Amino acid sequence: MRVRLHSMAMLRIALAQIAPRLGDLEANLERHHGLLAEARAAGAGLVVFPELGLTGYLLQDLAGEVAMRRDDPRIVALAGETAGCSAIVGFVEESDDHRLFIAAALLEDGELRHVHRKLFLPTYGLFDERRFFAAGTELRAVPSRLGVNVGLAVCEDFWHLAVPQLLALDGAQLLVNISSSPGRDVAAINVVGLGTASSWRTMMRTYAQLTTTFVIFCNRVGVEESITFWGGSEVIAPSGEPRFAAPLHDEGLFLAEIDLAELRRERIALPLLRDERPELVLRQMERIVQQRAGFASDEATVDGGRGARPPVARRAALSRAVDGPRKVSR
Amino acid sequence: MTRASRGRAGRAAGAPTPEMAEELRIDTDVARRIIGEFIRGQLRQAGFERALVGLSGGIDSSLVAYLASDAIGPERLLCVLMPYRTSDPASRSDGEEVVRRLGCRSALVDITPMVDGYYEHAAPPADTSPAGEALEAVGHTRRGNFAARTRMAVLYDLSVVWGGLVVGTSNKTETLIGYTTIFGDNAAAFQPIGDLYKTQVRQMATAIGVPERIIAKAPSADLWPGQTDEEEVGFRYAEIDRLLYWMVDKRRSDEELVAMGFAADTVARVGRMVAVSEFKRQVPPIAKIGPRTAGVDYLYPRRRPGSARRQE
Repeated sequence: MRVRLHSMAMLRIALAQIAPRLGDLEANLERHHGLLAEARAAGAGLVVFPELGLTGYLLQDLAGEVAMRRDDPRIVALAGETAGCSAIVGFVEESDDHRLFIAAALLEDGELRHVHRKLFLPTYGLFDERRFFAAGTELRAVPSRLGVNVGLAVCEDFWHLAVPQLLALDGAQLLVNISSSPGRDVAAINVVGLGTASSWRTMMRTYAQLTTTFVIFCNRVGVEESITFWGGSEVIAPSGEPRFAAPLHDEGLFLAEIDLAELRRERIALPLLRDERPELVLRQMERIVQQRAGFASDEATVDGGRGARPPVARRAALSRAVDGPRKVSR
Repeated sequence: MTRASRGRAGRAAGAPTPEMAEELRIDTDVARRIIGEFIRGQLRQAGFERALVGLSGGIDSSLVAYLASDAIGPERLLCVLMPYRTSDPASRSDGEEVVRRLGCRSALVDITPMVDGYYEHAAPPADTSPAGEALEAVGHTRRGNFAARTRMAVLYDLSVVWGGLVVGTSNKTETLIGYTTIFGDNAAAFQPIGDLYKTQVRQMATAIGVPERIIAKAPSADLWPGQTDEEEVGFRYAEIDRLLYWMVDKRRSDEELVAMGFAADTVARVGRMVAVSEFKRQVPPIAKIGPRTAGVDYLYPRRRPGSARRQE
């Protein structure tokens, strides 16, 4: 099915803002099957479940016990429930070489179409993901039966600017972030009462507007150990305007409707994506990557060889300013 | 330092401090929702429907009683009043007022015979102490700690009778400075207000409708007549809360704190209190010998499939 983007193209989205049971794969699978059926009965064309919705979040050593390969019969069975619709589910994926990934799968028309492996694993503050999981290495926007390209991301992936930008440049028209975001900071000055929610809302509106792309955010609720997940799932239009916001902390299957034709209108009115300059980004990125890795040669050139690097004396002064005085042998 | 340590000569505590640093002010609706979810989640995951709390009549345990009642309903909450012979009679009447307003179940256990019985009949003579402490050493500190641990023993005993989990009443201020008796008042199944400073506890208590009398009176461990926290610790809560917030939550160095206007000796002293009490906030270490050791490289969430007392 191709959506004709110049006329009304309504898509009903179901956001499964649920509280998965920690480590209880069978119970969570059953819940996914039930909610998928409920969402389809309500006419949803896309059903989105949260990060690690099939397993719960604070798994620690349980990670290896709930991991599934992407051809696991339980994933295949869940995909089998998606005839005529699309679903995004979160699980622990085990690769052929037994690495464990936090993964988001796009299931459509009875098949597993795509798996995104979480790229950025927060391991600071209250997070400890890198200890238990491997980080993904690929980012792709993929075509979908919805008639638009979908870009998947998992939670922390959105705290890195390149992710929404790369997905949009790769053709994504729908950015979907699935999360297990722990709520914190209840300072009275927060706009929405929770610091985490304020930050996320700012980011998602910004990404939607700068990439002129729909942003769908599905965040879980419930409690694990010390942390409470705050929900607040959202759908943002390519203009940056919120189209739907689920309540904070409430569990539920929430329905939101969007008109995919908004994409065309917004992108013609505000051609930011047309004006992106990935070749410029690439050139600068190559230089920055070289320099950060310590590979840059003295001959590295920018803009035709002038101003490539500061003169040696100034460079030394700069490095002193950054690193403090140090012995230079050359 | 413990809650029962001998008070240093501090300034008179005087009237309670209604003031609160602006940066510590919280959205009480959101905090209440998070704590409610937390209490329900902890009980459900453990396979319990009921809870019990040691209610002293002070602001911390009163607030916890209100939050627990709010989260699970008063019929599932047992408040246990455990006075000692030196306890202020007003503490008990304040606790009874909380019980009356909430409409929850309550139990009264006078711990005097247990505490005094130990020191009068069971405790080894003082000259067995390597330090050769005089009998006088069974003063505030030992007796206060013993009272706190006796209350813990009563709560855990009644938790079996009631079929509920013990809800902790420690706040963030006392947890950070170590103004707590290890395995005594800090022993609990979970701690709903352990991330709220004392002044935030006051803000929450006001928002949730804890009786004004309880909010207004000077906070006290009530281990001996006239004891107040602020006199014993030597700081006013409004002051120490703000200092801890910038020191711990906002990661400011001692130099930065002094530049912000905090007195250098206060910064140093509070920093020491936090460091010295680190052991009270952690699970005791296990000597690593085998291939896999609990808490070291055997890491599971407290609650997982099969861990609930009763399966749902």
